[in-house]
Amino acid sequence: MSLLRLDGVSKRFRGLVAVDNVSLTVEAGTVFAIIGPNGAGKTTLFSLIAGALSLDTGAIAFDGARINGLRPDQICMRGLARTFQIVRPFPALSVHENVAIGVMARESNVALAFARAEESLRAFDLWDKREQRASALTLPDRKRLEMARALATRPKMLLLDETMAGLRPPEVDRVVETLRALNRDTGLTIVMIEHVMRAVTSLADRVHVLNHGATIAEGPPKQVMRDPKVIASYLGAEALG
Amino acid sequence: MKKAEVVAIVALLALLVAPLAMDRYLLSVFVLVFWAAYAGQAWNVMMGFAGLLSLGHSLYVGLGAYAAAALFVHFGISPLLGLFPAMALCMIAGVVVGWLGFRFRIEGVYFALLTIAFAEVARIGFDHLTWTGAAGGFFLPVSRETAGQWWNLRGGPLFFYYLSLGMALAALGICWALRRSRLGHQWLATREDAEAARAIGINVTRARIVAVLISAAMTSLAGVFYAFYYNNLFAAQIFDMSRSIDIVLAPIVGGIGTLFGPIIGALILIPLGELLTEATRALGINAPGVKAIFYGLGLMVIIALAPGGVWPAIARRLGIGEGRR
Repeated sequence: MSLLRLDGVSKRFRGLVAVDNVSLTVEAGTVFAIIGPNGAGKTTLFSLIAGALSLDTGAIAFDGARINGLRPDQICMRGLARTFQIVRPFPALSVHENVAIGVMARESNVALAFARAEESLRAFDLWDKREQRASALTLPDRKRLEMARALATRPKMLLLDETMAGLRPPEVDRVVETLRALNRDTGLTIVMIEHVMRAVTSLADRVHVLNHGATIAEGPPKQVMRDPKVIASYLGAEALG
Repeated sequence: MKKAEVVAIVALLALLVAPLAMDRYLLSVFVLVFWAAYAGQAWNVMMGFAGLLSLGHSLYVGLGAYAAAALFVHFGISPLLGLFPAMALCMIAGVVVGWLGFRFRIEGVYFALLTIAFAEVARIGFDHLTWTGAAGGFFLPVSRETAGQWWNLRGGPLFFYYLSLGMALAALGICWALRRSRLGHQWLATREDAEAARAIGINVTRARIVAVLISAAMTSLAGVFYAFYYNNLFAAQIFDMSRSIDIVLAPIVGGIGTLFGPIIGALILIPLGELLTEATRALGINAPGVKAIFYGLGLMVIIALAPGGVWPAIARRLGIGEGRR
């Protein structure tokens, strides 16, 4: 069953075509990766899905209903939560408050929301740091906080925007394990934009490759990695760099 | 936590019995302190909790004051009833300001400019509205027969002392409850980062409108109190920009977004103003502006010493909550 479906989605910023007629389908319970060089339109695509930007053409359906045109908070309440590439914690609030406010999306009892935040905090190794202000966290911890807060809204699907960037390899492995466990144990569907290939290859069921806003390949990770177009536009360029 | 409770109870008892040892003047100073604490608390709901900078809160003071006073003078309606239409009027005004701001994405200082503009429009409007005395002022009747009618907010200094104390305490209680509520947490999220707040399911526009509504309703009561305490209203004074600034100073000095900030700020600023008035009089200085200069210097010193607010600095020292906002 498809959980997320994009049909011919395009977005233009004045002259620049940021997302060019992209169609894709994400099956429920899978991990789906979106890769591509910088400026390929990946984050713009996320913002379109999450409702932070409006599309020029196309349609987006989530869980069987059209969601383009809805506000970001409405889309979150439908069960689609996102993280931001440039992390956006609530800086003056504690780590615990940050996550508990996420829980409050579906829990109106404040005390219960703080209690239930524990699960997400522990999943991302933030329990011991819950009393700290979010502004005092290191970047890797902020990335984890971003994920914990999104997860706290109890989504069916999590959109992760480069949450591995800036993490050391053991930290990447730890987050990969956490996400794998979430996907396996709770059936959480994950869509991730990621440059860290070891995370993509070990987690993703399918990979979608964008270049200049358009789709150039899609398929299982191993197949996509061998695609000459992908090597030329992205992997090769990175290997050379 | 224990220590904080003891301090709070002792302070409360002191405030309850203090009038026994106070003369009329001192009572009037404390009325000003409580009024500033109350209005500061109301403003703090918008700025401290929801991150909406209003520099036009005199709008709600003035509208609340004129509405309750007009109902009393023209129709003999007790302010205890008149306060409801006064509140409603201010909430409508708040929704108009808020809706315009949020609809057209006017944020931050531009939103503040919008609030100033509305207060100015009201000032000019009431300056010409003959039904409420226009520029000549609007006066509430004061007579011996009505002197003890508490239901018409008629009374002596003691009456207004306890009334304003009660209002300040009620505002503290309301803000305490709001701060702990789900809405309060969603306000803080909105204040910290509106886009991130939207992403976790918060209807930011609705949260902001509710903040404006509550703040406007609370401030309107400060206006009702003002009308029946002073018994005269001049649009040029009550809607003046300087009144809005006075309202924001106490919570800023005390600590924006904290529960005790507006109270501490009022306890510092009002006596400071009074002391300077007394000092300049005692020294025989009657050059205009001297008091304002020293008041400004005092503000600069306080803000330089405690940039995050006086209350968070004190709370950190004492090791009681609210060290962080």
